[in-house]
Amino acid sequence: MSREDYEIVIGLEVHAELSTKTKIFCSCPTEFGAAPNTHTCPICMAMPGTLPVLNEKVVEYAVKAGLATNCEISRDSKNDRKNYFYPDLPKSYQISQFDKPLCEHGYIEIELENGEKKKIRLTRIHIEEDAGKLNHNEFGGGSLVDLNRAGVPLIEIVSEPDLRSAKEAEEYLKKLKSILEYIEVSDCKMQEGSLRADVNVSVRKKGTTEFGTRTEMKNMNSFRSIVRAIEYEADRQIDVIEEGGIIEQETLRWDDVSGKTFSMRDKEDAQDYRYFPDPDLVAIRLSEEYIENIKNNLPELPESRRARYIQEFGLSEKDSNLLTASKHLSNLFEEAQGICNNAKAVANWLLSDVSRILNEKELEPDQIPFTAEQLAKMITLIDKGTISSAIGKKVLEELFEEPKDPEEIIKEKGWIQISDEGAIKEVVMKILEANPQSVADFKAGKDKALGFLVGQAMKETKGKANPQMLNKMFLEELKK
Amino acid sequence: MDITELTVHELQEKLEKKEITISEITKAYTGRIEEKEKDVQAFVTTLCSEAQEEAKQIEEKVAKGEITSKFAGIPIGIKDNICTKGIKTTCSSKMLENFVAPYDATVVEKLKEENLINLGKLNMDEFAMGGSTEYSAFHVTKNPWNLNTVPGGSSGGSAAAVAANLVPWALGSDTGGSIRQPASFCGVVGLKPTYGLVSRYGLVAFASSLDQIGPITKDVEDAAILLNMITGHDEKDTTSEVKEKVDYTKCLKNDVKGLKIGIPKEFFGEGINEEVKKSLQKAIETYKEMGAEVEEFSLDIANYALATYYIIACAEASSNLGRFDGIRYGYRTQNFSNLKDIYRNSRSEGFGSEVKRRIILGTYVLSSGYYDAYYKKAQQVRTLVRKQFEEAFEKYDILLTPTSPTVAFEIGTKSSNPLEMYLADICTVSVNIAGLPGISIPCGVDSQGMPIGMQLIGKRFGEEEILNAAYTFEQKIKFRESNKPQFKGGVC
Repeated sequence: MSREDYEIVIGLEVHAELSTKTKIFCSCPTEFGAAPNTHTCPICMAMPGTLPVLNEKVVEYAVKAGLATNCEISRDSKNDRKNYFYPDLPKSYQISQFDKPLCEHGYIEIELENGEKKKIRLTRIHIEEDAGKLNHNEFGGGSLVDLNRAGVPLIEIVSEPDLRSAKEAEEYLKKLKSILEYIEVSDCKMQEGSLRADVNVSVRKKGTTEFGTRTEMKNMNSFRSIVRAIEYEADRQIDVIEEGGIIEQETLRWDDVSGKTFSMRDKEDAQDYRYFPDPDLVAIRLSEEYIENIKNNLPELPESRRARYIQEFGLSEKDSNLLTASKHLSNLFEEAQGICNNAKAVANWLLSDVSRILNEKELEPDQIPFTAEQLAKMITLIDKGTISSAIGKKVLEELFEEPKDPEEIIKEKGWIQISDEGAIKEVVMKILEANPQSVADFKAGKDKALGFLVGQAMKETKGKANPQMLNKMFLEELKK
Repeated sequence: MDITELTVHELQEKLEKKEITISEITKAYTGRIEEKEKDVQAFVTTLCSEAQEEAKQIEEKVAKGEITSKFAGIPIGIKDNICTKGIKTTCSSKMLENFVAPYDATVVEKLKEENLINLGKLNMDEFAMGGSTEYSAFHVTKNPWNLNTVPGGSSGGSAAAVAANLVPWALGSDTGGSIRQPASFCGVVGLKPTYGLVSRYGLVAFASSLDQIGPITKDVEDAAILLNMITGHDEKDTTSEVKEKVDYTKCLKNDVKGLKIGIPKEFFGEGINEEVKKSLQKAIETYKEMGAEVEEFSLDIANYALATYYIIACAEASSNLGRFDGIRYGYRTQNFSNLKDIYRNSRSEGFGSEVKRRIILGTYVLSSGYYDAYYKKAQQVRTLVRKQFEEAFEKYDILLTPTSPTVAFEIGTKSSNPLEMYLADICTVSVNIAGLPGISIPCGVDSQGMPIGMQLIGKRFGEEEILNAAYTFEQKIKFRESNKPQFKGGVC
């Protein structure tokens, strides 16, 4: 049998750090990047006698996430202890949720490559605390524990095994990330680990209904690695089966450098987490009113923005999709178009040149340095004919380097468009004189020659000449 | 006059009348500690010189009017599983032998607000697991009535210190009887409040759903006074109840006419010592004489309370004690070459055998495959226990039982037989299971002169009823006037 005879089945458990100001069970800050163990207190260090107090914001954020992903919200929920020993887990148990998660039975809709829509079901969303971090040999010898992250709130979003390809998994993750950004419950900074996924992969022969044995890759924090890991792991499993082998249910480690998965080989003791309700915390009871209130204050979701962009601004479905995939991009778009009143131009700039530069610089949309106002002003300058589009591109580069008022940039750089008839005529005459062949070509009916001449004139003026005026004047002269 | 013989309310009266000074009180106690602590060994840490220094400071502030709290300058002893900032909190365990908490338990903060003086930290069974204080990793505390017997436990140090007049009163903690049983063995008053009445913040957890801090005192009025000081909702403990503050001294009416007392017959059955039974019968007669209506009834679910208790308590303990892993604080083995060794050896060397036994039991009952049969079943029984108590309180105001099936037993006679030791909790555990308040007061002595305790159980937040019933009984029989610890024996 060949690879095409198999189907990949993927389930994802996504951990998203919530962007609450304080930790889930104490009042330490959640900020990333502080000096080791400075964001700690007796509670998150699990000193004897200390007790957790649930941060109500965490419940609110999780309920928001549940509502935004079409989940049912539990009116009656609780916290459970997940017991295991590890140095980054100070209490030797993680406070999580076992059999009564806050949110259940949701779904997220993704768009497939053929344009079809597919619902990916969510099993549950529950709240839990993050563990600390081990630093191996970073501060001299040995492993040192940093508990700054211990107690940072997380939601775990568990999908049903509905995903059938690495591409679908990627689409799902992108969609999920964008929803969490829109409702402002997580900043989803993958490079800081605030969004990470455990990936479950199995394969089965097409047409069968039973799932194959799955393997799990934990704590993956880049879309690219996830896609590569899924593809590699699926291929590996198919090879094993084709060779008559059996897939073992195990946790694997994905190595990004070699592009392979490795067995963790730590099966000495199959973990028994001995979940039980945390007696230090009271049950979480949510009223209809509470849930209704969150529902009514939920911000606009990408789905609805997308529809609005098509209807209100006449953008294409593709452009609307791309713009709304990132909340930052979408916000920038809305704000800038509100100022310059040219939605299409803003969309074009964001999706072409801005996106290109982001790619080149390997930046995320939230790292765009300039303001919506600056972008809008640049577009207005083009619209007014003060600068050409070509100069606009240069201004954009400048905005990435040192964001400031575009007007100032063009003044400093001397990029103001030449719209003076006399000056333009001078250039036109010079170019015509220097290119007799092109003149002859045009007169012989080769319209393309006009483009060449305009191009030469632009080159001569370093892009500053008003292209419409150039065009007009060349035509006038050539027709004489 | 021996100052250390006085109750706290008597001390306070004398302070108010300026018949004694704060310094004199502290001095009397530190003198008494010097004299008797070697026999009783109630403390893990004594703070005699610190206490005298503090007494002086408080005295000055009181004189200047800077301190106005009524009980300012009264000394107290604190069980060594209640965290005290800057002072060792060992839980009588090698694991925490040198542990100094950087914070005060909420109850300790409250005592500081009252300007009470900490005389020291009191011995206990390691991590509050035990009923004799023999499982302290440091030393065995002796019962002041007979130094060859145990003071009970786990708050044995607290009860013995109060009985021996080493402290005027003390804080203990009670998970399955750890305040009431030692109070009973030592002939003093011990109150376990309703679960949620007193903040657990800073109490090193044994079994979180059962633990409560409470007073151990010379008499009922002192218990009410100390309870006043430590109750109240605490934002740091979400299981502490939001409730209007009650003055518990106001309920001491010395009148039980018409009080309906239920006698659950299961608490007087097999295993209860005959002399204990007889003494309790007498107490029941006394209540009848005083005008209470007494009736026997069946609380048969109590037969399952002990098994339920040991499953729930051990399950929670196995998780609560996971943090003692040798990583951040506490004992760490010298003997390791990898992470698993640190865990295994630190915990093997740092915990005593009873603690290990309970961790293993608790780990077992929570394990997959056994959870439903043990832990889940125990939680179901717990609901039934609560329900049967609730039903009982529809008919009765309070319930009356022995505190312990026996009087204090001899040191070494039960410590090697865990089951027998667990059976000593049979009268007290159901109260914790149901989250109710219970008080133990002395109701007599046996033929050897050893005190016998009577337990009164109240409905949820029914502290006032049991305090009044206990007070009225105490005023009638005046136990303290005719019975005193004799410090017998103790040749070792």
